[in-house]
Amino acid sequence: MERRDIQEIAAEIIDEFAFLDDWMDKYQHIIDLGKSLPPLDEAHKTDENIVRGCQSQVWLVPSLDGSQVVFHADSDAFITKGLIALLVRVFSGHTPEEVLNADLTFIDQIGIREHLSPTRSNGLNAMVKKMKMYALAYQAMNKS
Amino acid sequence: MDIEAIRKDFPALQQKVYDKPLIYLDNAATSQKPQVVIDRITQYYQRENSNVHRGVHFLSQTATDHYEATRTRVQQLIRAEKLHEVIYTKGTTEGINLVAYSFGEKYVNEGDEIIISQMEHHSNIVPWQMLASRKGATVKVIPMDETGTLDLEAYRKLLSDRTKMVAVTHVSNSLGTINPIQQMVADAHAVGAAVLVDGAQAAPHMQIDVKALDVDFYVFSGHKVFGPTGIGILYGKEKWLTDMPPYMGGGDMIELVRFDKTTYAGLPHKFEAGTPNIADTIALSTALEYVESVGYQAIADYEAELLAYGTEKLRSIDGIKLIGTAEDKASVLSFVMEGIHPYDAGTLLDRMGIAVRTGHHCTQPVMQFFDVPGTIRASFAFYNTKEEIDKLIAGLQKVKEFFV
Ligand SMILES: Cc1ncc(COP(=O)(O)O)c(C=O)c1O
Repeated sequence: MERRDIQEIAAEIIDEFAFLDDWMDKYQHIIDLGKSLPPLDEAHKTDENIVRGCQSQVWLVPSLDGSQVVFHADSDAFITKGLIALLVRVFSGHTPEEVLNADLTFIDQIGIREHLSPTRSNGLNAMVKKMKMYALAYQAMNKS
Repeated sequence: MDIEAIRKDFPALQQKVYDKPLIYLDNAATSQKPQVVIDRITQYYQRENSNVHRGVHFLSQTATDHYEATRTRVQQLIRAEKLHEVIYTKGTTEGINLVAYSFGEKYVNEGDEIIISQMEHHSNIVPWQMLASRKGATVKVIPMDETGTLDLEAYRKLLSDRTKMVAVTHVSNSLGTINPIQQMVADAHAVGAAVLVDGAQAAPHMQIDVKALDVDFYVFSGHKVFGPTGIGILYGKEKWLTDMPPYMGGGDMIELVRFDKTTYAGLPHKFEAGTPNIADTIALSTALEYVESVGYQAIADYEAELLAYGTEKLRSIDGIKLIGTAEDKASVLSFVMEGIHPYDAGTLLDRMGIAVRTGHHCTQPVMQFFDVPGTIRASFAFYNTKEEIDKLIAGLQKVKEFFV
């Protein structure tokens, strides 16, 4: 598969959402994205992989594939799962540097900004932080 | 009761969210404030602001008079025998912590027992656990059944001469259950235990009569009774409060301060160290006056109607399960939807302008008991209407369609 950078993927997501002007359609799309995210193996749904600060349960499992970070994630709530599907799509398959430098303004542009507020208890913000933290750890590992 | 007129008294109810009229069904978290309460706070800062109990000057005396007048109103409202049995706190949480600390210091020792219930808010669990670990005491839990009713048989078996305190909620915030406090107090007193009642969810719905209930301590929050945040009430029987050590040290709570020995002020000031929340304390009186003008009986009758209406409507939707079906309930509807996470439902309802709470409502043991990740909770105040319930029901139908 042709490898696209984070900006290209973000632009593609903005395009997808641009066709949806009604909030119901936006959420429907988010939920569909969540449904298309492969479910996480039950064995990975451990306390260790839980992202804290979420009203719904979110699990995040990182791995390193060559030089690229790969994320698998899941949630027991559909909307949350859709939102994390977006993040996985943007972050997964890129180098730690790319993940760390990723610009997330696309979230504002698709009109679901309220979900990224640090005070919102869905933990999307916690999720982004955690993904970047793993990237940082992999970066340090690569250097040593 | 003229609901239209009442609604006009609450400016927050007049607004739109996401371009839709706000339907506020999160009253168990906090209530909206009538204009008179908002005005009272403004008036205080515009014309009366000064410290209490300290000045010889006119403003300080006026502020002190108004500040103390709230105590009198609360005393009369809850039928406390003595004025100094009414203590100002920040809210329910502080009231419980104060009692857990001060009562615990004086009366709880190693091997003693504290009884709470399975439906307590975390505020009425954690302070007792802290006390238990400080003193080597044990916390025992009254179980409930699948309707969310406490097992009084089991409660009586837990009571013994080791029981020093029974701390139980009057009304459950996540289930709506109204507990038979009078009976539970009588049972506790029979073994010599004191009783603290968490009235956070009861005070907005009924007139509290501490004398009839014969409780030793009763706590509630101003912000849930249409008053400001940051002010709450702790009622305590004089016989306990007199001997309990202070909770915080500082100004206002002393009689004499010497480096070799300090003596404490009498009640209620012994428990009110520091400059208090003057504006909000004064405005709490305005809020209670407002509620009294609507009338507790009228409120109870109307809310019972809302609860019955909402319960019936919810039951008519396939796949909805009510959590909390006790016989005696306040106007709280907690429920789950088959196959739909409460968070998903709450997020969609929010976009329709409907404010509900989703999650564990600070009662994780209740969620564990019912084996749900959380619930959707619609909690009504006297300014809610059947039309709003209809819109909630329509919203829930839409949520269902969304996920099929
Ligand atoms: C039953 C119950 N107890 C205690 C509290 C805590 O009240 P506050 O946060 O006002 O101290 C609440 C409020 O959420 C409650 O519902």
